[in-house]
Order: sequence, then structure tokens, then C-alpha cells
Amino acid sequence: MRPDRAYQAALTGMALLLPALLLALLVELAVNAWPSIDRFGWSFVFTSTWDPVADVYGAGPLIFGTLASSFVALVLAVPLAFSVAIFLSEFAPRWLKRPLGFLVELLAAVPSVVYGLWGIFVLIPFLQGAFGWLPFFQGAFYGNSMLAGGIILAVMVVPYIAAVSREVLNAVPTTQREAALALGATRWEAVWMAVLPYGRAGLVGAVMLGLGRALGETMAVTMVIGNRHDISFSLLQPGYTMAAAIANEFSEATTSLYLSALFEVGLVLFVITVLVNAAARLLVWRTAPGRAVGSRAL
Amino acid sequence: MSRGRARRRAVSAIMTGLVGLLSAVAVLPLVLIFSYLMFKGASSLNLAFFLDNPVPAGQTGGGVAHAIVGSGIIVGLAALIGLPVGIGAGIFLAEYGSGRLGWTVRFVADVLNGTPSIIIGIFAWTWIVRPQRHFSGLAGALALAVILVPLVARTTEEMVRLVPHSLREAALALGYPRWRTSLTIVVRTALAGIVTGGLVGVARVAGETAPLLFTALGNLNFSTHVNEPMQALPLQIYVYATGPFPEWHRLAWAASLVLILLVFGLALVARRVAANRYGAG
Repeated sequence: MRPDRAYQAALTGMALLLPALLLALLVELAVNAWPSIDRFGWSFVFTSTWDPVADVYGAGPLIFGTLASSFVALVLAVPLAFSVAIFLSEFAPRWLKRPLGFLVELLAAVPSVVYGLWGIFVLIPFLQGAFGWLPFFQGAFYGNSMLAGGIILAVMVVPYIAAVSREVLNAVPTTQREAALALGATRWEAVWMAVLPYGRAGLVGAVMLGLGRALGETMAVTMVIGNRHDISFSLLQPGYTMAAAIANEFSEATTSLYLSALFEVGLVLFVITVLVNAAARLLVWRTAPGRAVGSRAL
Repeated sequence: MSRGRARRRAVSAIMTGLVGLLSAVAVLPLVLIFSYLMFKGASSLNLAFFLDNPVPAGQTGGGVAHAIVGSGIIVGLAALIGLPVGIGAGIFLAEYGSGRLGWTVRFVADVLNGTPSIIIGIFAWTWIVRPQRHFSGLAGALALAVILVPLVARTTEEMVRLVPHSLREAALALGYPRWRTSLTIVVRTALAGIVTGGLVGVARVAGETAPLLFTALGNLNFSTHVNEPMQALPLQIYVYATGPFPEWHRLAWAASLVLILLVFGLALVARRVAANRYGAG
């Protein structure tokens, strides 16, 4: 019996490292962010002055930029990702399923920095050509913009949303489709009226998982979004995100308050992504219980 | 009545076509990116690119030997640290994870999988770089290991769960103790799947840049000392891509091509391993 106990204890120990890690992350971020939290309070989240010289920090534009770029990404990505999921689970002929599924997996495997490189040298020149001539556009359009960030993010989250949605749709019982078809529904109507509503919670969860990815994505966004501490409602203006600010400024933080402010940015980002991911998992588990959803796209 | 039916059929056909079309659009970026990498990077791939270290900025030539070796060391170390823990946690989830603790660990692993990698980077900075007062390849490896653990835990669990219960029961009925059943029967059976999950995880962390920014930092010289700043392929691509020199951009394309071939290669191997065992990827 002894070795059995030891075996279980060893495995349990390794498993317990995960919650310990989550806790350690939270504590470490909070402790290091404390000077900034103490100094700026809620104004940190709502003001937009980011002035390392005067040592005053407000992360408003970062939070705005993070949410806005992710929103743009989702608007572009969701129709594409759902199409992939529906096509793969409902319509695709057998011979096409595996290759297409594999391509989507590869899309998820492309490193962030490669997307960034492509963004800088292909996407941005393309956007300049497409939008640079607009007459109502004042001043030079450099291409580094919220739009560029949103497009890159969209490309990056499509495979995640698609992979999870596909699993959700696969978890919808076949009887659901058969019943609709037996009642005389066309194939599309069966999908639209019987399959999608059944998987609604899971599909919402899939989108939220994509949102979580988009919020925290760093390198590709840093390389194309323009990195300016400003709130602009034009998609063609540069923006900034929380993750990008940490990537750019962390090693240049000259004062301890500056560093602390960046930790607070990290803390805000961490808390938001944890909440989004937690909600997403619970929603997905409603349709596909206990699955490591999207594990293939990870 | 029949006109309504014709319309419904038409709608069905149109929507099916649309969904297929949008699916093609979704994978178009992959084709675009890959062809650009081939187009802009392939011509720079020669022996010198793999064997040389960088030359001073402004000069032409030079290679990324230091970054390839650095990536190999950092990712290798990360795998050495992260894989055993992740696999152990995964086996726990599959074998003992039916209770509340299992639910919690599973949930936390999924949440950690969604945590931005830059956060892991600053975490590793506070735990290793700051106390040590210097950047190091080891800190980078630990950051990547932290990302690897929850990833591998979940894929391992999935694979171990696929093992039929009857196998386990047969072994137990023959008088095998539980730990031997678990290790020599269950895990052994799921081994191909576990390896696949590990490879996919390693492939993913090999492409990570953000967690290395404040840990491994990067190094323009060839270095194999894990206790010193070390270059990695993604870091080098970032520096070259955002730098001002056309020569750097050329190298960034070439290095990206190498990186993506490595990552895709690992993914393909993983698929092969999985297919051998279960007959389906």
C-alpha cells in the first residue's frame, strides 16, 4: 500500500503546483503594484496622463486600447471562426476535414513575432495604400494603427475560437440534427435552428476564450499598433495596449514608481484575463463538460 | 408552398457556400504568411546563416547561430523542467481528478493557459532576475516552463482519459498495485498521446518572445552559459524586425522562416506520433 500512497502524493504535489502558481502570480503582481495602487488609487484606471518625467501614471489609454483592439479583432474574427467551425463539423466532406483542420492548427502555431514581422512589412504598407489617400484624413497615416493591431489580432484568435467552437458543435448530439431534418428542415436550417442554439453557451464561451487571447497578446500587437499613450476613436490612429506597454517600457522603467505602475498594468491585465477565461471555461463546460477545450489549438 | 421550399433550399445552399468561402478566407493568412516567408526568407538561407554569429550593425552578412543555440538551450531546459511536472499533474487529473481538488486544478490549468505570457515574463523577472541582479537564460527557461506546465497537464489528461477502463481493471484484477497499473499500463498505453501533447507544448513555447524579454534578454554574442543573458530566435527576430537596417529585415525574414519551419516541423511530428497510435490526428 505504501508505494501507492507515495505515487498519489507525488502526483498530487505536482498538481497542487498549478493553484499555487496562480496564487503566487496574483500576490507577486499585487505586492509590486502596491506603491502605485496606494499613490493613484482608482484614478490610475480612469486618467490618461502617462508621464514618467513627472512620475504620474494613468492607464486609461492602455485599458481603452486593449479593449478596443480586442473588440475590433472579435468583430473580424467571430464570423470567420464560426464559419470554420460550422463548416468543419457540419458540411465539410470527409477528405477536406483533416487538411483544413490541420491548417487551422498551424495558424495557431505561428509564433506571435512572425505575425508581427508580417504585419510590419506586408500588412501596414498594404493599409497605407488602402487608406492613405482618404481626403478627410488629416496628417500622415503611418499605418501603425488600431486597425492594424485589430487585424493581426483577428488572424491570431480565429484558430482558437474555431477550435473551441468546433468541439462545442461536435458535442451537440446528432439527434438534435436528425430531429430537425426529419421535420423537413434544410441542412442549413438544421444547423441554424437546432445545432447552434443548443451550443449557444459553449459558443459564447469560445468567443470569450478568443477575447482572453486577444487581450493578452503582446508581441504582434506591439509591433504594429503604434504604441502611443492616447485615446483616439479613429481606427486609423495609433493606439497602445497594456501588454504592449509592459513589453516596451518594463526594462526602461527608471523610477520605482514607474516600475510599480507597470506592475499595476500587469495586475489589471491579469485580473481581466483571469475573469474572462474563468467565465469562458464555465460556459464551454456547460456544453462540453470537462473538456480541455481547444487543446489542439494551444 | 413549393416556391417557399425552393427559396429555403436556395438559402441553405447559399449559406453552405458562404460558410465554406469564409473558412477559406480564415486560412488565407496562413498561406499568405508562409509564401511571404518563403519569398523573402528562403534566399538568405545558406550555411553561413546557420553557422555565423551577428556582425556589427550596418555591415552585411552574419547569421543567427547564437540564437539557434540559445533557443535550443532555453527551450530544452524549459522542457526538462516543465514536462515532468505537467505530465505528473495531467496524470493526477486523469487518475485521481474526479473530486473537488481535481475540478479546481483543471479549472486553474485552463485559466493559466489563458494568462498572457508577458505576465509570466514579469513574474519570472521578480522571482529570479531581480534577486540575482542579472538576466539569464535560466530565468527565460523557467518562464517558458511555467507556460508549459498547465498546457501539458491538460493534453496529458485528455490522452490518459482515452485509455479504456477495462485495461486498468484487468491489471488491478491481476494483482498489480495501483501505481504500477497507472505507470506501466495506463500511462504506457497513452504514451504516444502524451508525447504528442508535450511536442505541441514545446513547439508553442519555442515561438514565445514576450516571456523572454525581461528574463533571457538577448545577447549579440554566442553564449552557452545559462547564467548569463542568452539570445533566442524569437527575440532576435523581434530586434531585427523593429530595427532600422534593411540588412536586419532580411535576416528577420530568414530567421522567421527557420522558426516557423521548426514549429511546423514539431507540429507535424506530433501529428505523426498521434496518428500511429490512434489512427487519427
